Amino acid sequence: MRASFVFSEVSTGLRRNVTMTVAMILTTAISLIMFGVGLMVVKAVDLTKDNYLDELEVAVFLTDEISKKDTNCTAQPCASLKQDLELNPAVDTVVFRNQTEAYEVFKKAFKNEPTMLELASPQAIPASLQVRLKSPEQSGAVVKGFSERQGVSLIHDGGETVDRLVDSLRVLRNVTFVGSLVLLLAALLLIANMIQISAYTRRTEVGIMRLVGATRWYTQLPFLLEAMVAGAIGAVLAISGLLSMQVLLPSGFANQLENVVRFPGTFYTAFVISPILLLTAMLISSLVGYVTLRLYVRH
Amino acid sequence: MIRLENVSKVYKTSTRPALENVSVDVGKGEFVFVIGPSGSGKSTFLRLLLREEVPSRGKVFVSNFDVAKLPRRRVPRLRQTIGCVFQDFRLLTNKTVFENVAFALEVIGKPAHTIRKVVPEVLELVGLDGKADRMPRELSGGEQQRVAIARAFVNRPLMLLADEPTGNLDPDTSQDIMLLLERINRTGTTVLMATHDQSIVDSMRRRVVELDFGRVIRDDARGVYGYGH
Ligand SMILES: Nc1ncnc2c1ncn2[C@@H]1O[C@H](COP(=O)(O)OP(=O)(O)O)[C@@H](O)[C@H]1O
Ligand SMILES: [Mg+2]
Repeated sequence: MRASFVFSEVSTGLRRNVTMTVAMILTTAISLIMFGVGLMVVKAVDLTKDNYLDELEVAVFLTDEISKKDTNCTAQPCASLKQDLELNPAVDTVVFRNQTEAYEVFKKAFKNEPTMLELASPQAIPASLQVRLKSPEQSGAVVKGFSERQGVSLIHDGGETVDRLVDSLRVLRNVTFVGSLVLLLAALLLIANMIQISAYTRRTEVGIMRLVGATRWYTQLPFLLEAMVAGAIGAVLAISGLLSMQVLLPSGFANQLENVVRFPGTFYTAFVISPILLLTAMLISSLVGYVTLRLYVRH
Repeated sequence: MIRLENVSKVYKTSTRPALENVSVDVGKGEFVFVIGPSGSGKSTFLRLLLREEVPSRGKVFVSNFDVAKLPRRRVPRLRQTIGCVFQDFRLLTNKTVFENVAFALEVIGKPAHTIRKVVPEVLELVGLDGKADRMPRELSGGEQQRVAIARAFVNRPLMLLADEPTGNLDPDTSQDIMLLLERINRTGTTVLMATHDQSIVDSMRRRVVELDFGRVIRDDARGVYGYGH
């Protein structure tokens, strides 16, 4: 097959119907951007979960009485609480944190917020047993029953927070996936429509091609390539859109988020998401192209 | 070269057969008119040879092809042995004369150097040398039909099918086109021409197959139009 012939057919085909081509490219690009964001959120869920689970601790806060009197957890009931926790096979380590130590941790965490520091005093923060688990997912089971024990005022299970965070990320992911699916469907219909219009405007050419004995490759490849080129342009737009979004945003918005959610970096976008988007675009456009040609364009 | 054996064709949307029990045998290098009033089945006859349609009954042979039984992927091979011209020229309006003729070779994958060589040759044969760079709209009807004939002939087909090629042309221009078809016929190419132009048939004195309501009512070796009426 002569490449120059196919190339010129494709480029005239795309230019002949500029509005249609542009609409198709933009819809493809936007749907792919949403799909890409969905993929980023999937990755973010993983990263965030790993990040939190690594540092996950269950804090068993002790009553005021213990906090004040027992500064190294040698008396009862602190000592037996600690021992019982340590005996649990799911528990890795248990560290006692008295009021002074707790205040130091608090000062570190809020070092940028002087009003918080002013409000708090060492006496206001209770002592706690900081429990690290062998497998962080089991936090709920381990501390069950301890909240009723004497000397325990409150149990803060970090695992629950992570679960809630991950749940809301999942909602975000599902929303973007559904959105991209709907848009992808629109893109799909536009591709099919583009090919039909293209076939109609080129009916004389195709008629002549068939009469002089051109094979199906020759009559249909230009249409297929047209759809694929448009799809690829859409994918390239989507990829550059995603990357520039990522590069431009961190200055304000993402920095705030970074403390809570771990987002994948531009490297991940460029080398994992981009190929997926490009492949998706090519696959869908060629598939839709093929089916449309089968259904609507007589060979 | 061409053989139809008891061919009938009934279109799905029509009750009356377009062709009924037609048997015709055309040898290599013959020049044959297919005549008859409008709707008598002339175009259907030609479309069956091209495998644009398949017969409802009967057999169609073109050179070595059993046309009706030909698998779809082999249809292009059949069509590469046949050239076609129509009443409405069917030129590509956005391409030059040269490009229109070259198109027929490009789409069957002929190499560029072949195209550069044979297109000027065939343009000269049809009397269009010097007009290669014109657009179709810059040509007269007769010249446009010459371009169409050049395109049909450029791949040196075994046969040329012409469906009322002079239908849109004045008598003088029609005569010129007939001379061109005769010249092509003299190269050994079988020519089959559907027409209802009486004077052309009469002046040529060639074989005439006459159709009426889809039946062959006459097959004369050296016929004139209307002889059978
Ligand atoms: N595609 C078609 N579908 C249905 N009927 C057709 C079709 N083509 C032709 N016919 C019918 O078949 C008959 C023969 O038509 P055609 O071969 O075009 O005759 P001619 O070329 O001699 O005018 C006519 O009655 C016409 O209406
Ligand atoms: Mg006709």
